[in-house]
Amino acid sequence: MKKYTDTGKKDTRSGFGAGMTVLGRTNPNVVALCADLIGSLKIQEFIDENPERFFQVGIAEANMMGMAAGLTIGGKIPFTGTFANFSTGRVYDQIRQSIAYSGKNVKICASHAGLTLGEDGATHQILEDIGLMKMLPGMTVINPCDYNQTKAATIAIAEHEGPVYLRFGRPSVANFTPEDQKFEVGKAILLNEGTDVTIIATGHLVWESLLAAEALEAKGISAEVINIHTIKPLDEEAILASVAKTGCVVTAEEHNYYGGLGESVARVLVKNQPAPQEFIATNDTFGESGTPAQLMEKYGLNNKAIEKAVEKVLKRK
Amino acid sequence: MSNIQQLNDLSTQVRRDILRMVHKVNSGHPGGSLGCTEFFVSLYNEIMELKDEFDMDGIGEDLFFLSNGHISPVFYSVLARKGYFPVEELSTFRMIDSRLQGHPTTHEGLPGIRVASGSLGQGMSVAIGAALAKKLNKDNHLVYSLHGDGELQEGQNWEAIMYAAAYKVDNYIATVDYNGQQIDGATDDVLPMGDLKTKFEAFGWDVMEIKEGNNIEAVINGMKEARTRTGKGKPVCVLLHTVMGHGVDFMMYTHAWHGKAPNDEQLEKALAQNPETLGDY
Ligand SMILES: Cc1ncc(C[n+]2csc(CCOP(=O)(O)OP(=O)(O)O)c2C)c(N)n1
Ligand SMILES: [Mg+2]
Repeated sequence: MKKYTDTGKKDTRSGFGAGMTVLGRTNPNVVALCADLIGSLKIQEFIDENPERFFQVGIAEANMMGMAAGLTIGGKIPFTGTFANFSTGRVYDQIRQSIAYSGKNVKICASHAGLTLGEDGATHQILEDIGLMKMLPGMTVINPCDYNQTKAATIAIAEHEGPVYLRFGRPSVANFTPEDQKFEVGKAILLNEGTDVTIIATGHLVWESLLAAEALEAKGISAEVINIHTIKPLDEEAILASVAKTGCVVTAEEHNYYGGLGESVARVLVKNQPAPQEFIATNDTFGESGTPAQLMEKYGLNNKAIEKAVEKVLKRK
Repeated sequence: MSNIQQLNDLSTQVRRDILRMVHKVNSGHPGGSLGCTEFFVSLYNEIMELKDEFDMDGIGEDLFFLSNGHISPVFYSVLARKGYFPVEELSTFRMIDSRLQGHPTTHEGLPGIRVASGSLGQGMSVAIGAALAKKLNKDNHLVYSLHGDGELQEGQNWEAIMYAAAYKVDNYIATVDYNGQQIDGATDDVLPMGDLKTKFEAFGWDVMEIKEGNNIEAVINGMKEARTRTGKGKPVCVLLHTVMGHGVDFMMYTHAWHGKAPNDEQLEKALAQNPETLGDY
């Protein structure tokens, strides 16, 4: 199996902040908005270096989304920053009408996605945001896997015309993809070639999938691992090519299985080449307070759960 | 009814609870909790008319809604010490499988909580709905709510403020924790809100101020006064001037402790300033 090294755990939101710093220095059209969460979004450096290109809107996310839409009229590229819940559910119709339907070039950047924000609990732990965003026509949905990839994705989406939802998180997770990688929107990354099963993962569950694949290898099971950082548009070709070879799939995401990556993959498969699939996702539930590791364990999102799902799907081949 | 010394002792104990709760899990929101301690202690022990047992509908008693759900530590401590649930349960705050979630929820069935909060700006609408239900039920009790001042930046509040005045929701007292602080700094630096009193008045509310929101007598007297203003065709707003982090000298007058827990050494210092009165959980 191909070897990946964790160069030290880092939070993906800091990758976003680092990407914003780069954009501040390289793209004069990039502007940032934040709703009283500068520290959490790690954008202080961007603000210090470009104070006139930053808008503190206060605790008023709906206003922020509308303002972002307006800023595009005149050629600005607005990046909005708040928690994932307040970036999506809170402001769905503002995004729908003023951004998505109006075709505005707004980058909705969402931190603290999923269960692993931890102790704040369910009011903050959105597990429905991928679904909400992927249902909007024209919306691109990206969930990078680590610090380096989040930084690269942040930089890349400034060049991508159209509305984008960029999802990242609070906990420190393994940082294992190359520094200064080029990020290609919509292009899956084949991390490990395998023959028995395809694991398609997004976000920090990509690392969990690699850990699972390693453990499976020791048991004589060869797992192909795909990092599907872009959930929409989905790299159907990569998925179909892999499943043609392995004949079964496990999808893994920190999200409800309703509306998540798994359903998008299932749709591609049933339309082209039906194959058994197991879902690593939360099971139609709200979250709760706890440490990230406890929550990953309790809600079945870690490498052990992926391993089990693989063993299950293999029996269904 | 209790005397002032007893209520001050309770406040000190609640402060210890808040500090120990957030310290244990190294997360949570001590600043606003400490600042609103006298308010919660007064409300639950001197102001609201409450039944002995909690039930969701709360018919025949006053109701309270916490809109700024992040100050759950003070809410949980005061509820526990009022007897809504065992005081020992405070030790489970923010831990997995606990009823004491980071932000208050009904999901785990914790007595005393009637709606989830945490995502800011939603509590006033809920409180208005509950006040309207009381009117429909011919229940003469009042509805109370608490909101952060930064929280008022959310537009939904102003929809609610407009409604409550237009439709004379006069069995309702909304209190604002007027501490002048939010996450990124002073409210005046983040998004200045101007003169809140004039704004509420312009929307048609009866507004009063409690200048010493961390003085238990001032809070009790102020809230009693607010009660007398209900039933007169206008919703009542109380601007409660508090100090974020009140009772712990190094946490006061700054936003720095909005959502940060003390370390071991800081906890010790903070507890020394609030000696045990009713017994730690
Ligand atoms: C809708 C929403 N946006 C943002 C947040 C994040 N947040 C939690 S508390 C807070 C600041 C609240 O300020 P204030 O109401 O003045 O409370 P205080 O800091 O005084 O306790 C923010 C922005 C949230 N919980 N909900
Ligand atoms: Mg405040």
